[in-house]
Order: sequence, then C-alpha cells, then structure tokens
Amino acid sequence: MPSLKDLRTRINSVKSTQKITSAMKMVAAAKLRRAQEQAEAARPYAERMERMLGSVAASLGGSEGAPPLLAGTGKDDVHLLVVATSDRGLCGGFNSSIVREARKLIRELTAVGKTVRILCVGRKGRGQLTRDYGSLIVDTIDDVGRPRLGFDDAQAIANRLLALYGEDGFDICTVVYNRFQSVITQIVTVQQLIPFGPPGDGEEEEPGESANGAKAVYEFEPEEGEILETLLPLNLSVQVYRALLENAASEQGARMAAMDNATRNAGDMIDRLTLDYNRSRQAAITSELIEIISGAEAV
Amino acid sequence: MADTVEFELVSPERLLLSVPVEMVVVPGSEGDFGILPGHAPMISTVRPGVISIWRDGAVDRRVFVAGGVAEVQPERCTVLAEEAVPLEDADEEKADRRIAEARDALEHAADEAAAGEARKRLAAAEALRAAIASARG
Repeated sequence: MPSLKDLRTRINSVKSTQKITSAMKMVAAAKLRRAQEQAEAARPYAERMERMLGSVAASLGGSEGAPPLLAGTGKDDVHLLVVATSDRGLCGGFNSSIVREARKLIRELTAVGKTVRILCVGRKGRGQLTRDYGSLIVDTIDDVGRPRLGFDDAQAIANRLLALYGEDGFDICTVVYNRFQSVITQIVTVQQLIPFGPPGDGEEEEPGESANGAKAVYEFEPEEGEILETLLPLNLSVQVYRALLENAASEQGARMAAMDNATRNAGDMIDRLTLDYNRSRQAAITSELIEIISGAEAV
Repeated sequence: MADTVEFELVSPERLLLSVPVEMVVVPGSEGDFGILPGHAPMISTVRPGVISIWRDGAVDRRVFVAGGVAEVQPERCTVLAEEAVPLEDADEEKADRRIAEARDALEHAADEAAAGEARKRLAAAEALRAAIASARG
C-alpha cells in the first residue's frame, strides 16, 4: 500500500508528463499544418514535371537510346532501398511501420537471391535496421530538413543516388516512406525511383504515356535525348522531395495522434491515482477517529 | 485567338507566378525565344538567365532563373525553374558571394561529378551577376 506522500508525488509526476505530451501535441499540430501546406505547394511542379516527362518519353519512343535512368541497367541484381524515417522518436508507429515494410522487402529480395543495399534517411531507421541488417547499410543521411525541409535537401539525396548509380552501385532503387492520408492514417508506400516508372497506376508505362503523347506533338530544343538527360535527374529530385514532404507530414500527424493518446492516458491515470489518494486519506482519517473514540471509551 | 498567353513559373517548392501575358522571352539553352499566343508546342531546356514578361507593349517584370525546363503550348507557357529570383529582389552582394562559393567548390571538387556540379553553379551565379549588372546599368 503506497503512502499518501507516494501517491502525491506520483500524481504530480503524471501531471507534468501530461503537460509535456499536450504541448508536444500542439507543436506537432502546428508543424503538421506547415508540412501540409508545403506538400500542397510542391504539387504543381511535380504534376507538370510528370506531364512533360511523359510527353518527352513518348516522343522518344522505344527504349533504345533512352538514358539508363529511364531504361534501367538491364539487370535487377542489386537493389538499393532508401528507407526514409524521422530523426526523432515519440511519434507512435511511424518509424516502426516503415522499418517493418523495409524488413519484409529485404527478406523477399534476399529470398530470391538479389543483393540488397540500404540507404537510411533519418536516424531512427538506421537505429532499428543496424541490428539485423547493419552490414547492408551503405550510408545514412541525418538531419534532413532541419530547420526547414527544402528542395536542396532532396537534391542532395538525389545526387548521392545518382553518384551511386553512376558507379554501378545498384540496378534498381526503391524508396520506402509513409504517405500522408490523414492525421490518423499514414500508408507505408514503396515506390521505385530508378529506373523511373510513373507512380501509382500500373507498372508498365507504355499505354498511359502514348495516349498522353498523342495529344500534342512537341518540338524539342535541343534533342529529346538531351532534354531527358536534364529532366530525369531533376525528376529524381522531385520524387525524393515528394517522399520527404509526405514523410514529414506523416511524421507530424503520427506524433500528434500519439501525443493525443498519451495525454488522454495521463488524464485517466491522474483520475485513478486521485481516487486512490482520496480513498486512503479518508481511510486514515477514519482509523484515527476510531482510535480516538475507542481511547475515550476506554477511560 | 486570345491575345494573351498564360505564363506559369513553377519552382519545386511552389507555384511562383501564374499570369496572362502578351509575350514572354525565355532564355532557352539554344538561344532566347519569345512566346506569343498560339506558339507551336515545344519543350526546351532553359539556361541560367533572365525571363522577361511583356505586358502592354513593354517589359513588365524580369525574373532570373537558374536553369530548368520550359514547356510551350498554344495557350500556355510553363517554366519549371530550379531556382527563380525576381530581378528587383536580387542582391549584388549575394550574387558575388555565390560566385565565390562556387569557385571555391570547383577548386576543391573531389571528383568529376562534383566539379561538374560546381561548374553549373558557377555558371548560374555568374549569369545572375551579369543580369543584375545589366538591369542596374
């Protein structure tokens, strides 16, 4: 049976924890709004880039002469997984769900005899992956997007990828991140970056793209091939940027939900402890009274 | 035929500009080109330089872009810019600093890829400097 003093200390400590979690929830809500705005603002560029890339690729026709970023290396032996997580914890299942998906992918790929390499973005992912797959991690990129996520951050990561691709470090590059659905749902998404396939609909790009290209016949200046050479690396950055933005919004959403839960739980706990506290206080008073009365009777 | 063309300037971070214009002159990598309404569909890469936006028969605004891609359709012109600065906001000192930084990066470039990157940055910075100089001068 804890003493009254013990109970008082516990109530106080839970109260201060609650203050922290509710403050964190508020901060996460503000950051979430900003992240969502940023993601919203980045959409026009990504859309237009996709459209343009579609028409250039369609006009270039078959894969011959297409740069390796579009056509691939012709092999699929070495897979590079970009595992995008957060740097900070306390955001519910956000990081674990990404890592779980990554683990699953790694298992599947190694089972069919592929080589897997990992590029970690964010400290938390590395922390969880080092134990089992430490030897596979090529590199870790920390502190992405601090104080503010910018296109430069995405470009830096894309440049790393391009450099690795250039020296034949991998054949297929996939990114694992959380797509923001709503504050309570984030969907773990696996997206192939290199060779580039349009996200979402279907894995073959031919049918959609040729229908797209039929709309307008473009002149190209310079040649299609050369335009693709500038467009594709840029597009890689855009895709990475999009993944990072989605991830940032998801992280804040997950943190907000987790902290909301924690605040509620702390409230419940305070209620329970207060009840215990009052009960034992009354019990003490009652027993004191009984002692006094029986003492008086004995006289 | 409409007498204006919709001009959009988009950076990766946001939509910067979306206005109807009479003509816009874009610094293409193979030479500047002016876009009037009804231009044939075209896609071109953009070199670092200044985009001039024409309205009412005169240059209304100038925006510096550090390279990118332009897509032209009869009724619209979209420029995807890696970086865009309105020329009136551009800062001479900052441009000078960027040139110095890029030179530095070029000197200390570890490999060919880094050197190429630095050269690109240097070219962009120098173009910005030249653009400011010609706007002031």
